[in-house]
Amino acid sequence: MWDYTNSVLDHFTNPRNVGEIDDPSAVGEVGSLACGDALKLYLKIDKATGKIVDAKFKTFGCASAIASASALTEIVKGMTLDEALKISNEDIAKFLGGLPEQKMHCSVMGKEALEAAAANYKGEKATAHEEEHPVCKCFWVTEKKIREVILEHKLTTVEQVTNYTKAGGGCGGCIPDIKRILADVMHTQAPQAEAPKMTNLKRIQLITQTIEKDVAPTLRADGGNIELVDIDGTLVKVRLQGACAGCAGAKATLQHLVQETLRQKVSPDLVVVEEN
Amino acid sequence: MAPRQVYLDNNATTQTAPEVVEAMLPFFKDLYGNPSSMHVFGGQVAQHVTKAREQVAALLDAQPDEILFTSCGTESDNHAIKGVLEAFPEKRHIVTTKVEHPAVLNVCRHLGKQGWRVTELPVDKRGNLDLDRLAAELTPDTALLSVMAANNETGTLFPIEKIGAIAREKGVTFHTDAVQAAGKLPLDMRKLPVDLLSISGHKLHAPKGIGVLYIRRGTRIAPFLHGGHQERGRRAGTENVPYIIGLGKACELARTELFEETNRLRQLRDRLQKGLMETIPYTHINGDPDWRLPNTCNLGFEYIEGEAILLHLSAAGIAASSGSACTSGSLEPSHVLMAMEVPFTYAHGSVRFSLSKYNTDAEIDYVLATMPGIVQKLRDMSPFYPKDAARVGSVAQAAG
Repeated sequence: MWDYTNSVLDHFTNPRNVGEIDDPSAVGEVGSLACGDALKLYLKIDKATGKIVDAKFKTFGCASAIASASALTEIVKGMTLDEALKISNEDIAKFLGGLPEQKMHCSVMGKEALEAAAANYKGEKATAHEEEHPVCKCFWVTEKKIREVILEHKLTTVEQVTNYTKAGGGCGGCIPDIKRILADVMHTQAPQAEAPKMTNLKRIQLITQTIEKDVAPTLRADGGNIELVDIDGTLVKVRLQGACAGCAGAKATLQHLVQETLRQKVSPDLVVVEEN
Repeated sequence: MAPRQVYLDNNATTQTAPEVVEAMLPFFKDLYGNPSSMHVFGGQVAQHVTKAREQVAALLDAQPDEILFTSCGTESDNHAIKGVLEAFPEKRHIVTTKVEHPAVLNVCRHLGKQGWRVTELPVDKRGNLDLDRLAAELTPDTALLSVMAANNETGTLFPIEKIGAIAREKGVTFHTDAVQAAGKLPLDMRKLPVDLLSISGHKLHAPKGIGVLYIRRGTRIAPFLHGGHQERGRRAGTENVPYIIGLGKACELARTELFEETNRLRQLRDRLQKGLMETIPYTHINGDPDWRLPNTCNLGFEYIEGEAILLHLSAAGIAASSGSACTSGSLEPSHVLMAMEVPFTYAHGSVRFSLSKYNTDAEIDYVLATMPGIVQKLRDMSPFYPKDAARVGSVAQAAG
């Protein structure tokens, strides 16, 4: 069972502002039945003040989708549209006392519905998903969207990208593409100028030593192991082996143990990714 | 008074029968001997293990020496599949189905990555196999056919008597995962052409942590755990005595109650299903309505999402499960529903009710009274639910 906060459960059990607005100023619609969640957001905006005077929603989705939509409508009431557009999905999650990471896409859906409603209000054509050929064909997620989310939330793993956008959560065919995008974004984002005055050779040596001395023994103690595959700038590519390979906790191991150790011992800008 | 707790998730796990717990207790206390030992502490325990083996064999109409105790259904499946492949090193092909439990499917997929050729047979919309297609896939290179007896999600039954006959004709070893079928339907190994069959204790009112692999005499299979001589050298490791005793007792209970309970459960299940489908429009049965486990009912409720249904049910004290994407943490509905091409409109809104001998008529009444309100509440907030659509309590729509 998911570990939902009391606030999520409250907004799920007693969702605020469910329904439609008869004569809405703006409507934003995202998601689909196939995706497994969808949100239709109705806004009433006072023309004189530009403030959102009423917000209602209808949603198809799990408990966190319902709670996120309920929270969103509570947050935006009284705001101007521009103020509302500054709300991030994390603000929605925070309002609810947090969401399980696998459910972050529910809060992202809230933000997207808001953007769609704003576009609708301004008379723009919704910047629908169709504009671009999608990377993830199952959930129709574009490269632009994936790049935005990686940057905004400083994501480092495919699993995180899936949690935030759903991309890669269907057939999985686009996972190599997501890896490529991740590597690309992280590579271009790496603060090259701030790189410590360490020669490439020294850095490679340090990474190799740290993995061998500080990381591998811990993994071996649990029947696993780690292999350093490649180092590309600040990107460290590793392969988990033995008991670690396919372990449900492998991603956490990668992030918390491997990446944190390397950041402490070598350089704080290192990013560890798993190579299959 | 409405019951406070109604447990309808018995395909996930069952309550350990009080008789089973009672039978196990002495083996945590005075009867602690090792069955392999040459003294009376061990010897008397060995006699009880022998009796338990006979009780399990009796449920399957098998010989006691065909019963191998394992730690769980997943181990039984792993042992069957890997053990047969090891015994036929020259054969490189496995045939299974797209709707197997992960304990079979993921083992086969893992082996696929190691170089074995794996064929996953598709199913039709009711979850049934095309047996001609199955027969055509079995070649001299095929080491093993693994097809479940009953599907855990939908309850759909595969005709293992026919499938086993095909395998035998083709000279292919046949394993069936009978984790859901055992204790719910008769399984007669004298008649069924099955070489290997997996059982899990906790699905039939024994505790978690005990399973069985039935191995027909003469079946070529390599040992799974190497070490001591236990289980006739096929699975080393000191016997999990209390749990073996518990499983023996559970099998004895299942055997004596089987006929009566199966009939009662089917009537109870049918009443639940009929009641829900009559009061809740746009509801569909997932699986084969006729060839199904008597305790299982998987329904798809259009326009709404399964996790939300489950949480509302849970708040009302009712435990069920769902094949919805959101419940599992994956983002796609269950592989079983997808293989059956269940439309997205109700794959996400699927709920599985699975009953046991402990469920009562009053509990079913409570579910029938509770469920329609939950569905309507969620539909009222669903953007896909048409305004002019039928509401719960109105005459049921034609449901498929």
